[in-house]
Amino acid sequence: MHSTNQIIRFVLIMTSLVALVLSLMYTGLKPTHDLNEAIYAKKAILAAVQEKLGIDASSLPVEEIQEIFDNSIKQEVYDMKGNLLTPEQVEAAGYKGGLAENIDINKEAKKPEADRILPMYKYKDDSNEFTILSVQGKGLWDVIWGNIALEKDMKTIAGVDFDHKGETPGLGAEIKDNAAWKKQFVGKSIFDSADNYTGIAVMKGGAKEPTWQVDGISGATITADGVGEMLKRGLNYYGPVIKKMKKS
Amino acid sequence: MAQAQVAAKQSSIGFGKAERKLLTDPLDSNNPVTVQVLGICSALAVTTGMKNALVMAIAVVFVTMFSNMITSALRNAIPKAVRMIVQLIIIATLVTIVELTLKAVAFDSYKQLSVFIGLIITNCIVMGRLEAFAMANGPYKSMLDGIGNGVGYGIILLMVAFVRELFGKGELFGAKLIGNTPEYLLDTTTTWGLGWYSNNNLMVLFPSAMFVIGAIIWAHRAWNPSLVDVS
Repeated sequence: MHSTNQIIRFVLIMTSLVALVLSLMYTGLKPTHDLNEAIYAKKAILAAVQEKLGIDASSLPVEEIQEIFDNSIKQEVYDMKGNLLTPEQVEAAGYKGGLAENIDINKEAKKPEADRILPMYKYKDDSNEFTILSVQGKGLWDVIWGNIALEKDMKTIAGVDFDHKGETPGLGAEIKDNAAWKKQFVGKSIFDSADNYTGIAVMKGGAKEPTWQVDGISGATITADGVGEMLKRGLNYYGPVIKKMKKS
Repeated sequence: MAQAQVAAKQSSIGFGKAERKLLTDPLDSNNPVTVQVLGICSALAVTTGMKNALVMAIAVVFVTMFSNMITSALRNAIPKAVRMIVQLIIIATLVTIVELTLKAVAFDSYKQLSVFIGLIITNCIVMGRLEAFAMANGPYKSMLDGIGNGVGYGIILLMVAFVRELFGKGELFGAKLIGNTPEYLLDTTTTWGLGWYSNNNLMVLFPSAMFVIGAIIWAHRAWNPSLVDVS
């Protein structure tokens, strides 16, 4: 039989040993983890323009992704009134690094609407020019988010990419997995011909207005509605910025 | 003298009939999933694709193998009063190691498996083997038992994933084999490969794993009648 002291000694030694091993491992792998997280987020941003650029963002090597971000993408952050924020202001909002890529869109959604800050990625190479915006909303089970690329005219959609936290595989998760569904958004306009903001509507039973509506997903009405709501509200946040950009 | 010799023989590291039985028993007559019906929860969640199932299987083999070995090596030192807690610490440590490693080397799989890697801690197979085997046997035998049980679980996982991915998505390891393409959703005239097959969406959903595991259990018992419980 072990005495109480022996038990306490055993448990103490054991837990400190385990804590030592795990903390060493965690600290050692932290840089790799951070890099992986950053690359994952960057791939999602590039996925919105991959069709137009003819690349496959998910299989690009790390160096190439870094290169695109260093050479072709300009990151900007705006507040809800459409004012450009400096990196210091972004850091003050709680994001170390101060760049648009450091912003956690799901964390922003918990703030009151007026205090949110908006990341924006301006892609520009010899032949293409896109503006990529980030949106966040609710699916059936949990949050959904996405990156939307707009053409130079700031109203036509060039590509979209969605992700979700816990939608049902085969149903709601199709918003991420189904390339053909995402392709529908390309060429749709978020403003009507009179320049009124419409957003994009995801229609159950098929799109009727070809310019700003897309088909829903059968079996995933609530997730698809969530995507529509997310796009309409999320893109509208960028309204003041888009207005300014159009003027200039 | 004779006793010491026998004891030495028992603890020596060899690979005889008994050792082979430790490895092969969990694959068939003592399979953790189809016979003991343990670890069903994760078998539902991670079997939508072969790749995820394979990563999960490797992770579980790693955890069962090392937790069995470590617990067995410590079995005489572990105070009986806190043995469950100590076992849990060992399992949790190993699972955290797996999680940190996956996050560093296979980030996509880490994202897809997400919470289910952490849930290996609660997989009854792991703790069941520690209590039933590692606390009473030496580290070498325990290691073999751990590998056997991990592989026994992994094989069933892969079998279920094979059926679910092939008939649910028409793919294996992400490569398109049968059925319609994603474009089918928008344009029903486009097909690819075996165009007459239409993907069965039920196979992608969780309940199908139950049906498939049920069918595997039935087939296993039909093939090995000694498993049939006549009571």
